[in-house]
Amino acid sequence: MDLSSINPALLIASIMISATPILLAALGEMVVEKAGVLNLGVEGMMITGAVVGFATAVSTGSPTLGFMAAALASAVLSLSFGLLTQVMLSNQVATGLGLTLVGLGLSSLIGKPYEGMKSPTLPKLDIPLLGDIPVLGRMLFSHDAMVYISLLLVLAVWAFLKYTRAGLILRAVGESHDAAHALGYKVVRIRLMAIFFGGACAGLGGAYLSLVRVPQWTEGMTSGAGWIALAIVVFASWRAGRVLIGAYLFGGVTVLQLNLQAAGARVPVEILSMSPYLITILVLVIISARGVHGAPASLGRPFHASS
Amino acid sequence: MADTLLSLRGLTKAYPGVVANDDVSFDIRAGEIHALLGENGAGKSTLVKMIYGLVKPDRGEMSLLGAPYAPSEPKAARALGVSMVFQHFSLFNALSVAENVALGMEKPPRVGDLARQIREVSEMYGLPLDPFRIVGTLSAGERQRVEIIRCLLQDRRLLIMDEPTSVLTPQEVEILFATLRKLSAEGTAILYISHKLEEIRALCDHATILRLGKKVATCTPAESTARQLGELMVGTSFAAPASRAQATGAVLLEVTALSLPAPDAFGTPLREIAFQVKAGEVLGLGGVAGNGQDELLAALSGERLAPAGSVTLKGRDVSRTGPMARRDAGLLSAPEERLGHAAAPAMSLVENGVLTAARREGLVSGGFVSWAKARSFAERVIREFDVRTPSPDTAAGALSGGNLQKFVIGREILQRPDVLVVNQPTWGVDAAAAAAIRQALLDLAAKGAAIIVISQDLDELMEISDRFGALNEGRLSRIRPVSGLDMEQIGLMMGGAHGMEVAQVA
Repeated sequence: MDLSSINPALLIASIMISATPILLAALGEMVVEKAGVLNLGVEGMMITGAVVGFATAVSTGSPTLGFMAAALASAVLSLSFGLLTQVMLSNQVATGLGLTLVGLGLSSLIGKPYEGMKSPTLPKLDIPLLGDIPVLGRMLFSHDAMVYISLLLVLAVWAFLKYTRAGLILRAVGESHDAAHALGYKVVRIRLMAIFFGGACAGLGGAYLSLVRVPQWTEGMTSGAGWIALAIVVFASWRAGRVLIGAYLFGGVTVLQLNLQAAGARVPVEILSMSPYLITILVLVIISARGVHGAPASLGRPFHASS
Repeated sequence: MADTLLSLRGLTKAYPGVVANDDVSFDIRAGEIHALLGENGAGKSTLVKMIYGLVKPDRGEMSLLGAPYAPSEPKAARALGVSMVFQHFSLFNALSVAENVALGMEKPPRVGDLARQIREVSEMYGLPLDPFRIVGTLSAGERQRVEIIRCLLQDRRLLIMDEPTSVLTPQEVEILFATLRKLSAEGTAILYISHKLEEIRALCDHATILRLGKKVATCTPAESTARQLGELMVGTSFAAPASRAQATGAVLLEVTALSLPAPDAFGTPLREIAFQVKAGEVLGLGGVAGNGQDELLAALSGERLAPAGSVTLKGRDVSRTGPMARRDAGLLSAPEERLGHAAAPAMSLVENGVLTAARREGLVSGGFVSWAKARSFAERVIREFDVRTPSPDTAAGALSGGNLQKFVIGREILQRPDVLVVNQPTWGVDAAAAAAIRQALLDLAAKGAAIIVISQDLDELMEISDRFGALNEGRLSRIRPVSGLDMEQIGLMMGGAHGMEVAQVA
């Protein structure tokens, strides 16, 4: 095994890129779940974002437009989930699974003509001063804008939930929709907005896969990233900071095992490929084993304003 | 003559199949404490929901200080100074006191200012409260303070209180009454909903009585007897349970040093619980909700296994056996939550009968349910306990609370238990049905069963039990004979006023 072929600066840099799609999707889903809705359609929304973002970027030549189109498409798709579960009171679990299937099918239909094409990708930011620091500059400060946007989003979601009145109302709705309704808050409207936000985040995550990380369109390219995002939300005890840890951990182990494979580690490839899933879940279980879990009390329960 | 604050004229609200309020009119004057009295299902809740803007009336109008008043949502009502203290579904367990208060306000101040205001107001009205505690860790009485303070911090003209004392110890009731009198003296009118007659006589200036959605009277409670009020409320008189000769036999159930950790973050641990019940005896266990009642029932019924040696049934240790084995041995139970715990809402009464009576009544043979036997068992429960239902095939969830409660209790009683544990047997049940359930429990005891009644209704416990104990934070007080107990002693057994000692030190 030739470990010297692994360059630490490149390794860290690629960890950040590998973690970003999952971070975005998990962050969006966390907000949705904080509002008391369980949307299992993250995988479907991510892949829809991936294909719409790719197609838009290829046809317009602008990756920025691609990201915007991806966010919009996934958010609109998630609104269909919102309409079914919040207005028509369908079962959230079944509808979410359906959303994943719809997303996978729809994306392969849309994506057929784009297979094998190459898309324009986001430029690396050239941050003055910071980017010139030796090693660190290349490791942390020479990425594309989405990496930093996702990190800022973590901060924004954390501050929104902790310090703003709107965030408090969102948490209250997820905690007890009956009480929130009794106080006169519009439970369904608030939840629909949260679902919309979650959809947009998942779309951005998917587009990051197809426009930056790979960057290509292949059918089923999310390969379970949406499910990992869902798991990360639970094991992160619905906290933005821990979602960040979980996503970077998963991204880190993914990149590390790929590097190990390339370096010819004498461990079966199957075990290496499995390791990101195993290690992420294990670490987050250990973190969440201590202390309160904090699942929103109304999570997944249907709300009907009859009484 | 004081000013009229809120005037209701001809309020009518119908739901499919039932008229909840039919042409209700009365006035509430500024600064008075006005009682709204009625049985469960008399339409009290619908009426106050209309005042609070949660429900729109079909017909009729309201006016506040002479101006037309038709709140489209609670926000509008609060803006005009009308606020409400709910009994259920109004607090968020995982949030802090300050956050809960902020959610009930239109324009909450910054967290630091709000916390200071909460401290000030809570001390001014004798309701000490720490703004940063998580609500899930508070006692029922403290939770109510959160709601009251939420109302006090806003412009208030009318405060609606929905059955505020059902979760309080007698000492806490006194504190609450003092607060309400103080508010009333400051000019805030209070609409006080209750079915506890003595309370209303002690507190309220006027009372409006509802029966089956119609107003039957407005009177001055201090000038009426509880019996007169009760008859106005119920419409007919009903039999009080017959007294019986006390003849107790051998000890059937013995609990010693029963300790169990809390089942979840907001549950109560059981600490060193010990008592005995003899054949023919009714043991009443009181206490404010959330002091270990559900946990004790789970430990007795076998839903949660207890430490070896802590639960002995007829001389046999059953602590490590599950509910089925305990049922086989004669220990039956009926939990508090009718829908979802005592009965499966979407299943028919016949099926719900099979769920607990399958083995004792032989409704199953060779793994197959005998539906004929199951049906006749359900029909027997329905007949003997006067369960009003279209048929035994009706879903349990479609029955009214009182009728389902009669079915749930009847189902256990007809299985001839040696020991029966019931939690809140008459909660949300109308007076006539409650009397019938109490009588059935007494009859069962007279036949030689030992009965444990866990309840928050002290009057009920005084009426049917031979001995009384109170649960407080998972501990059981000393068990004392009911005869000779007064409210003061009972209140102390229940733990006095929760949190008051802490406040005086601080």
